[in-house]
Amino acid sequence: MAWFRKERKKLVPQRRELNPELWLKCDGCAEILYRAKVRENHNVCPKCGFHFRIGVDGYTALLLDHGFEVVTDACLGSVDPLGFVDSKPYPERLEAAARRSGHPEAVVTGEGHIDGIRVAFGVMDFEFIGGSMGSVVGEKIARLAERARERRLPLVIVSASGGARMMEGVLSLMQMAKTAAAIARLHQARLPYVSILTNPTTGGVTASFAMLGDVVIAEPGVLIGFAGPRVIEQTIKQELPEGFQRAEFLLEHGMVDLIVARPQMKTTLARLLHHMADGCDPSG
Amino acid sequence: MVSAQPLEFERSIAELERQIERLRQLAAGRGLDLSAEIRDLEKKLEGLREETYRELTPIERVQVARHPQRPYTLDYIARAFQDFIELHGDRGFRDDPAVVGGWARLDGRTVMVLGQQKGRNIKENLLRNFGMAHPEGYRKALRLMRLAEKFRRPVITLIDTPGAYPGIGAEERGIAEAIARNLLVMAILETPIVSVIIGEGGSGGALGIALADRVLMFENAMYSVISPEGCASILFRETTPEATARAAASLKLTAPDLHELGVVDEILAEPPGGAHRDWDAATQTLREAAAHHLDELSHMPIDELLETRYAKYRRMGSWTEVEA
Ligand SMILES: [Zn+2]
Repeated sequence: MAWFRKERKKLVPQRRELNPELWLKCDGCAEILYRAKVRENHNVCPKCGFHFRIGVDGYTALLLDHGFEVVTDACLGSVDPLGFVDSKPYPERLEAAARRSGHPEAVVTGEGHIDGIRVAFGVMDFEFIGGSMGSVVGEKIARLAERARERRLPLVIVSASGGARMMEGVLSLMQMAKTAAAIARLHQARLPYVSILTNPTTGGVTASFAMLGDVVIAEPGVLIGFAGPRVIEQTIKQELPEGFQRAEFLLEHGMVDLIVARPQMKTTLARLLHHMADGCDPSG
Repeated sequence: MVSAQPLEFERSIAELERQIERLRQLAAGRGLDLSAEIRDLEKKLEGLREETYRELTPIERVQVARHPQRPYTLDYIARAFQDFIELHGDRGFRDDPAVVGGWARLDGRTVMVLGQQKGRNIKENLLRNFGMAHPEGYRKALRLMRLAEKFRRPVITLIDTPGAYPGIGAEERGIAEAIARNLLVMAILETPIVSVIIGEGGSGGALGIALADRVLMFENAMYSVISPEGCASILFRETTPEATARAAASLKLTAPDLHELGVVDEILAEPPGGAHRDWDAATQTLREAAAHHLDELSHMPIDELLETRYAKYRRMGSWTEVEA
């Protein structure tokens, strides 16, 4: 299909004078777009539907009625259990990630309302070491699931992750077991859990809490998988089919319930929660 | 027994083995009495083997964990268990030969035993896919574990895989979902689970059948979030043997490391020179340890068993908590 891809690529006029604060280039169709227009459209390209990364604040604004009303476990911080050094020591990497993302770890958890329904809410931050799950991410997700169970709240988690945090070695692997165990207890308590997969959701996060929602929703075009495409390509030594591991591919293969574009995400989520959660929370 | 495939650090051991073999042939061929010399060399060999294996570096342990003569799941099942009846298929798509399992007896008690199965040659590996399971393998394992739960029989899982298979079909059929589902169910499975890392514990593909009340690990086995090769190439951006060795050390993937991190409950000692030197000794160690842990677990009421299992995994990890 190489000819097809080539043909689709459009020539972008050289417009060096464009102010990047006002304009941006779409990663989907390479069109030069007016930033305000994109923002107005929930950070979705009005030309091709490409979903720009919106991060923790973006999803909080998109989905919660009044933002986070409670933020939980913000005081949890990563340590360096293995004394891990790659190109730089892990503690330095953590500091840089916190500065870059503006968040202390790769997930923010708490409570808020969605269309008037009180929920336990978590959103991952891909800007923080690729949204990787180490001990803190695992612990915060587990505590969030436990909080939902204790307070009888539905759980909503927005995932974005490259997988396990290698710098914490097997301890990060164990977070898959920890989060899955906490979700198992939530299921036993008959509380709803909606998992929203954003770009990308791969590795140990996909292979634990992210795929365990009662309902699993993906944004359009999102990369979802266990192994990364490059690892697969190296293993099987052949080119991967067009659209492989994209949300549409997963829907077709029965791995997600719905693909929902950002402008419809909140209303869809609210409808699902009303179906599953009405009567969950005794306090309303 | 002369090693057919000596590892790099076993070279001097293999050389000594060859010397002994030559002396034996010489003695037999010419009718000489060289028993004193042979005895001396054998003593030296034993000492060398013990010394070498006492101080294995992490990357050397990885090599032993992957040793092609190391006992595999079916080797342990054949020797440590009786009356094994293999059960096949996930009832959804196919039977995955990279995972084997079925009813068996361990010291008289019925158990469900299952694990990843590697192959020793090209033909076997074509069938077993090098012990790398597809989703069907995990779903077969799940079916067998639920079967065990139905009759309140304990589950024993043997872990030996480079990882879940990274391929097109595996992704199409939801390898991530299959592993996640196993973790979800194993966390609340109403029967005791004992897992033994017998060789290679490769990431989520290993964990997918290793959430257990007790996790035991052979002395020279490995268990890691990523292979040392993968870590070296992704994080160190190098693929040299030195980088791989450094990655193996950084990842803390050996049994003593994992015991210290609280991931492994007991280390199983291997015979001198590694489990591949003496299958019977390794088998006996596994049988005794598994029986001991099953005895302990079988006395726990189910509620207590599940609470303990939950608490065990809830504790795992390392973090700080500073009250604001
Ligand atoms: Zn576009």
